[in-house]
Amino acid sequence: MSKLSLRDITVRFEPKGKPPVLALDDVSLDVANDTFSVIVGPSGCGKSTLLRLVAGLETPTSGRLELDGDPINGPSADRGMVFQSYTLFPWLTVRENVMFGPKLKNLPKSECEDIADDLIKAVHLEGFEKSYPKELSGGMRQRVALARALANDPRILLMDEPFGALDSQTRQMMQELLLDVWQSRRKTVLFITHDIDEAIFLGDEVHVMSARPGLIKQSLDIAIPRPRHIDALTSPEFMDYKRTILSLMHDEAIKAEDAANHRKSA
Amino acid sequence: MWTRSLFSPKTDIDKGTYVTLSLISVAIVMALWCLLTYGGITPKDFLAAPHEVVAAGIKRIANMSLFEHMWASLVVILSGFILASVFAVPIGILMGSFRAVQALIEPITGFMRYIPVSALIPLLILWIGIGVEQKIMVIFLGTFFQQLILISDVSARISKDLIDCAYTLGADRRRVVTRVLVPACMPGVMDNLRVTMGWAWTYLVVAELVAADTGLGYMILNAMRGLFTDVILLGVFTIGILGLITDFFFKWARRRLLPWSADF
Repeated sequence: MSKLSLRDITVRFEPKGKPPVLALDDVSLDVANDTFSVIVGPSGCGKSTLLRLVAGLETPTSGRLELDGDPINGPSADRGMVFQSYTLFPWLTVRENVMFGPKLKNLPKSECEDIADDLIKAVHLEGFEKSYPKELSGGMRQRVALARALANDPRILLMDEPFGALDSQTRQMMQELLLDVWQSRRKTVLFITHDIDEAIFLGDEVHVMSARPGLIKQSLDIAIPRPRHIDALTSPEFMDYKRTILSLMHDEAIKAEDAANHRKSA
Repeated sequence: MWTRSLFSPKTDIDKGTYVTLSLISVAIVMALWCLLTYGGITPKDFLAAPHEVVAAGIKRIANMSLFEHMWASLVVILSGFILASVFAVPIGILMGSFRAVQALIEPITGFMRYIPVSALIPLLILWIGIGVEQKIMVIFLGTFFQQLILISDVSARISKDLIDCAYTLGADRRRVVTRVLVPACMPGVMDNLRVTMGWAWTYLVVAELVAADTGLGYMILNAMRGLFTDVILLGVFTIGILGLITDFFFKWARRRLLPWSADF
């Protein structure tokens, strides 16, 4: 049985005074336990909507979502999420941020602290426990956000372009750190990005989405052995995957552009 | 080289230059004041000279009457301001983040914010008389509706991602409000309390317009009848200085209470 299962998900937005948008059209997706799944697609393809559905922050117009066979309705601590924007609570220190979830569960304070310290170590932020988010760089903030999401020991980790706002060097470092953490803790991950390199480097499987209507166009298994390091980015097999995904996405980009032009002229 | 930083927008200048420019502006006003008075250009009942204002101040400090007026005004301002804040902060936070609360309250605030407080004084006198309550009410009405709108804006601007993030960490709706929305609003709330405190001072003279027998506003209005421009200026300066002190207090409190918020 798959860990996460999406069946015939359709989401239709009906903005006031505008034609309705079919954000997701009959999307089905299965994610196996402990798999790192990446969804890659152009902006506006509905990939963020898909992730927000799994988080329970939005409800589909029709279709079924299940995690471990339980229907998803509403957000919950068993589906942790890392956002693209900086969402650390600025009034809490690094340690208090990571403890936010465990404290809501009313775990004893010492246990909350142990969980937090363990994760802060895992994301290499020892020494910053008492810092406030305003004192941290963008990459450090996202590391805290990762630790905070993991502190609840969620059944699935959702990541919505978490490194999208970072410069490319930091981004590469964050990808390797994320794989390290994932390798040692084994989680089911659903990761959203528009960056093809990032998708191939991180994923066990990559689902390529198309835009308007949003649907999953093709799914690829990425057979690059783990642990993966930066040299993987230049290997011939990496290039093969990249060529395949690029051509899929290229068609999509042209289609999206045409559709946008068409809407403008209409 | 230094002229370039002076004339480029959004470029820092060094601290010495900054202080010098500030002193120059104060010196120009003082020089103009001295020229008008000591130069014999304006008569005393039009504009008192600096030493006359100082003398008026010393006399009223010696007989304590300046402090009585200050105290009376502080009681009115602080009571009205605190009363307004106690209601405006929680209602404003809810109004900015809950559409239902906004729908309930906005028609009233939208209307009230354009009513000058002085237009309500006759009604206030009919309803609650001419005691200190009426003066407190003037400050309350003058600040409450402005605070409500400003704080509701602060609340409305809190990022939705911050709220959503709290949900995915297991917070329920109540705790999203108490543990995320409210603390996230605090820097904005403090800034706007500071701004509206300044406005509260500007309502003081209006509040003490009617049937007052003490207070800085009363002191100023009373001095006008005898053309005592030295006392008028003394009152104006006292209000200005007290205003600066409250402003400084709010800046200090913000740094103390919200060390985590971005510097401003």
